[in-house]
Amino acid sequence: MWRKKKTLVEKGEEIYLASEWKLVWWRFKKNKLAVIGLVILSVLYVLGIFCEFFSPYDPNKINSRYVYAPPQRIRFFHEGKFIGPFVYGYKVERDPVTLRRIYVEDKTKVHRIKFFVRGDKYKFWGIWDADIHFFGVEDGTVFLFGTDRMGRDVFSRILYGARISTTIGLVGVFLSLLLGIVIGGISGYYGGRVDNFIQRAIEFIRSIPTIPLWMALAAALPRYWSQVKVYFAITVILSLVGWTGLARVVRSKFLALKEEDFVVAARLAGASEWRIIFKHMLPSMTSHLIATVTLAVPGMILGETGLSFLGLGLRSPAISWGVLLQEAQNIRTVALFPWLLLPGLFVIVTVLCFNFVGDGLRDAADPYKV
Amino acid sequence: MTLLEVKNLKKYFPITKGFFRKVVGLVKAVDGVSFEIEEGETLALVGESGCGKTTTAKCILRAIDPTEGDIILRVDGKEVNLAKLQGEELKPYRRYIQMVFQNPYTSLNPRMKVKDIVGEPLLVNGIAKGKELEDMVAELLQAVGLRPEYMVRYPHAFSGGQRQRIVIARALALRPKLVVCDEPVAALDVSIRAQILNLLMDLQEQFKLTYLFISHDLSVVEHISDRVAVMYLGRIVELARTEELFENPKHPYTETLLVAVPKPDPDFREELRAIEGEVPNPANPPSGCHFHLRCPYAKKICEEVYPEYRNVGTGEEPHYVACHFAEQLTLRGIKIS
Repeated sequence: MWRKKKTLVEKGEEIYLASEWKLVWWRFKKNKLAVIGLVILSVLYVLGIFCEFFSPYDPNKINSRYVYAPPQRIRFFHEGKFIGPFVYGYKVERDPVTLRRIYVEDKTKVHRIKFFVRGDKYKFWGIWDADIHFFGVEDGTVFLFGTDRMGRDVFSRILYGARISTTIGLVGVFLSLLLGIVIGGISGYYGGRVDNFIQRAIEFIRSIPTIPLWMALAAALPRYWSQVKVYFAITVILSLVGWTGLARVVRSKFLALKEEDFVVAARLAGASEWRIIFKHMLPSMTSHLIATVTLAVPGMILGETGLSFLGLGLRSPAISWGVLLQEAQNIRTVALFPWLLLPGLFVIVTVLCFNFVGDGLRDAADPYKV
Repeated sequence: MTLLEVKNLKKYFPITKGFFRKVVGLVKAVDGVSFEIEEGETLALVGESGCGKTTTAKCILRAIDPTEGDIILRVDGKEVNLAKLQGEELKPYRRYIQMVFQNPYTSLNPRMKVKDIVGEPLLVNGIAKGKELEDMVAELLQAVGLRPEYMVRYPHAFSGGQRQRIVIARALALRPKLVVCDEPVAALDVSIRAQILNLLMDLQEQFKLTYLFISHDLSVVEHISDRVAVMYLGRIVELARTEELFENPKHPYTETLLVAVPKPDPDFREELRAIEGEVPNPANPPSGCHFHLRCPYAKKICEEVYPEYRNVGTGEEPHYVACHFAEQLTLRGIKIS
């Protein structure tokens, strides 16, 4: 990429005219780990949002011929010749001793991977009918991450799980944020008795062990509720506990900002309380809040995964990473079919990336610190 | 004509303890301060840190509620007691008193452009908006010696001195009568100080301003003020015209402050006499005269009775002082140029 080199004066002018978000972005960019995390997260979210398109199969399609099939390797060279991405088909054999099925690569069956192929029909976002998939094979199968006990494609299921698992964190955090800003804001802005009461209440809520509380609340969800209802109920449960930390952050920011000279100046100029809060105080803490929220998302994701794994959160046929991990609840599966643990890897990667991004944001959040 | 009259102003901060916030004591930050400011003059308020200068200013600005006393503002032929007004009632009077802050780095919202910062008072008071607002901001920036083109920049583009100019422009936006300057040059480089002080004096003439100038630096005060009030532990101990106070101080505390002023003369040698001890705890002030513990002239009576604050001036100008021995003592002042 060719770009004209800027003179020093132009650079200076650019800095003088830079808004807060530009300054934050410049600082954030310097943290390589955080940028990598952001890229990976963006990819995961795009995959999750368009999971119907990116997954090669219907996640609920049962394939009795390929039960517990191991992942198929993507290859490029067939008999020493480059022919583009393809997979070898599987031959099923029986282990003579254990009578277990063994999948053996059949080097005669070459299934080329094609892009934008027609495959299983799906309803995109539950609205439009479509059957185009990002990639797939026209004959044979392509199980990048293998299959589970019903022969369902684990890769497709992980992508569908990504949609629920990654958004549940965001929605949950969003709800906590609303509660946190309102309650923490009241606490910090008014102070005194109100503050004292709210802080003690927060201490009480924080003192309740989270897992039993989640379990009790989740157990109270009616079994006949639809998937969507359960999904929202779980986010509410997660955020009911999660808001306390955010409320504290908001409170402390309000307490500090209330005494800040530029806030006093606005008050002396005759600005309304409304304007002071929304024009001066909230914008001053947004970047910090975003950083805090980013660091709070992993907790939500782990919460959902944990609950679903224990069978108290989402239940199949809903697909989330936690639900998928339920498949890997015993030693036998873990030992024989380790690819069923892959959803766990996705959880780890997502949580780590959120932490990296959060750390980067936290360091960049106050570009005016001298 | 008197613009502002402060009568027996008090501000006590409660010290609370425990879960139920029981009040266990009071910090008497300002304890019965009275003074007047004439229109067009500069009154300086000096004293050590923690003596209540800023609290007095904040009460006058009504950034905080005074505990007791009156703050009478006379504008447009009307008289209002700001101390008795609350919340919305204060709003119409806010524009008459504005403030210049000590720290130009914290008093400008870093997330707003200069035009929004300087224009905010005009906008929220419904004086101007849009193009008209921008023109007024440009005018204000010019008045404080900044180029109007700079208004699209953010505060981080400016140096400390330039930022203080922006703060001054904002304070002038509403055409106030009284500007409270809370140590406006204390945070600036010595090389910039004179510029800002001269700017303040030029603006005073141009906009017919009255200043309440708070400082701990007597050399700055000497430069700018017409009269000086010396505060100690929440009370005014001496008030007089600047020359009178500097050359002929009547309170031992003023004397020690004056002696501590550095002189820009490399050959000048003088035994430095530091004030002994520290400022006493305002939550638990000493009996009698608050200064008796540190006063080299203290006698028995000083420990028991707080001296009357009275006029000891011999000429036309009053010279107020709170010392039992104001008439007897001959104290060292400094010559001012």
